Amino acid sequence: MESNKHFVLGIYDDEDVLLSAVRKVKESGVKIHEVYTPFPVHGLDEELGYKRTRLPIVAFLFGLLGTTLALTMQIWMLGYDWPMIIGGKNFASLPPFIPVTFELTVLLSALGMVGTFMITSNLKPYGKPRLMDKRCTDDKHVMAIDLAKNDLSQEDIRSIIGNSGAQEVNLKDF
Amino acid sequence: MTEERFSFTAGAKKTLVILGIVGVVLFVLGTVLSMSGGHGHEAHGEHEETALNAQESASLLASADAQDEGSAHAEEHGEAEAHEAGHGEHHESAYWLKRIYSNLWVNNVYFTGLAIIGLFFVAVQYVAQAGWSVGFLRVSLSLANWIPIAGILMFVSWWLVRYDVFHWTHASLYGPGGDEILQGKAPLWFWPMESGSALPLFYIVRMVLFFALWYMLFVWIKKEIFAEDINGGVDHWRKTRKYSVIFLVIFGFSSSVGAWDWVMSIDPHWFSTLFGWYVFASWWINGLAVIALITVVLKQNGYLSIVNANHLHDIGKFIFGFSIFWTYVWFAQFLLQYYANMPEETVYFLQRLEVGNYTWVFYLNLILNFVLPFLLLMTRDAKRHMSLIKVVCPIIIAGHWFDFYLMITPGVMKLEGGFGFMEIGMLMIFGVAFLFVALTSLAKAPLYPKNHPFLEESLHHHI
Repeated sequence: MESNKHFVLGIYDDEDVLLSAVRKVKESGVKIHEVYTPFPVHGLDEELGYKRTRLPIVAFLFGLLGTTLALTMQIWMLGYDWPMIIGGKNFASLPPFIPVTFELTVLLSALGMVGTFMITSNLKPYGKPRLMDKRCTDDKHVMAIDLAKNDLSQEDIRSIIGNSGAQEVNLKDF
Repeated sequence: MTEERFSFTAGAKKTLVILGIVGVVLFVLGTVLSMSGGHGHEAHGEHEETALNAQESASLLASADAQDEGSAHAEEHGEAEAHEAGHGEHHESAYWLKRIYSNLWVNNVYFTGLAIIGLFFVAVQYVAQAGWSVGFLRVSLSLANWIPIAGILMFVSWWLVRYDVFHWTHASLYGPGGDEILQGKAPLWFWPMESGSALPLFYIVRMVLFFALWYMLFVWIKKEIFAEDINGGVDHWRKTRKYSVIFLVIFGFSSSVGAWDWVMSIDPHWFSTLFGWYVFASWWINGLAVIALITVVLKQNGYLSIVNANHLHDIGKFIFGFSIFWTYVWFAQFLLQYYANMPEETVYFLQRLEVGNYTWVFYLNLILNFVLPFLLLMTRDAKRHMSLIKVVCPIIIAGHWFDFYLMITPGVMKLEGGFGFMEIGMLMIFGVAFLFVALTSLAKAPLYPKNHPFLEESLHHHI
């Protein structure tokens, strides 16, 4: 199979070394593709200069959709399509609709958030997640550098990563 | 860590005193207005309209009752007759005095809650072995200094306000031809005395006992916390934790019973099994808002540099989450009674929704305590920035005052409750006194516990 993506991987086993390595590598002008860690490393997001995730906005919008859907559904069903007298209440009365509205808001918000996260993280069904190194799910931190996005030669990048405290420097093709 | 001390400056004291004087002036003005203005629409200006509303609402209430022909209506009739037939040992106080009493009781309950939540927050942090909150634990603890004063105020004023605020204290309700429901409930208040006696022993003993226990544990916890500053080590922390566990067990029970005694028994025919939780939720979220607000104000005055955006974020989450919790409890109480539609239960909400004087408070309550905190504190940034905390906390603090106002006033004042200078003035007087006590005690000791075993964890708190 023809491979068209080439990554240089630095393998680290200590998060403090990793944090300083990220700083060093960035200072030497190398663009980091991504860092994979087996657990959340505090301060890594800031070091990598990540923007805040926009997932909360997705959650809010899906929640709003749930609220609207639930209210419209109930008011239309019980108020117009098939009015029924329940407990002497008005056909379309708000308080009894609140629990369903709440549930649908939470449900759609949660499902929408999980779905969005999976799609953006390439975890969709039949999608093939790009696993740089299996050990990043166990006990090693993996820093990946996309060769196509850097002007430096592979040798230079390998030496920069090697000098930053990495235990191993590997090449991974996809 | 170096010590940091809060100095309660003369300038701050002066501001508080001025606020207190403004409060007194407003209170006196409100009292005079309600003396001369007749029945309670003085602060409104639209006399006739409000009066009309009250009349309409009264007839609405009556017709709702008549339609249902439920027991509540019959009960009220029986009660009224019993009143007339009674020995007339007590006449209702004048309108303005009654309004002062009602007001006094609202503030008693409100500030008692604030004080006890100060201790509750500390106890929860110790029992959970939490590290994040160490920086502002003493802000929370300082609120609890109001406990003894709240106890004395409540105990003394109870004897003053009882016939006006607590309907069940009237002796004429008991005995042959009396109120059946209240006769059934009488032992809860009067045991072991005779029903309708002038001394509701069980009730009074509970009140004294709760405040005594709270105060005792507060003194013990405070002693250990301050001894830690001098001696260091983890022994004091362990002891504080032990007392905190004892306190939480006592508080879990006493806060509920206190809520029934001091708030729910104002509407003695009505009951809600959720009421203890409802009052607790209101107290708790209000306490959190006050703790957060004082912390932020201290920070902006150059104190508490060890508290940063991460700590604010966590307390912001607490405020956000418990605002929703309060709403959940409010709604659970409302929905069940709304759906079951039993007259003796719905009368409580009818009084609050259909009487013109309270309708706006009913909706304002939901807007201030749910809609605004929910929308304003939703994002991460909102919880991390002091400016927004400073906007949301006062909203919640005012909102929960209205919550207690709505729990107590309609039961006391019936159709005539009002909101005006008197209410604002009394709230300011109480608030200033409360802050004086809290800030004075805050200035007496270092602002944060330098030997707390979790201080280091708090410094590195990062979310």
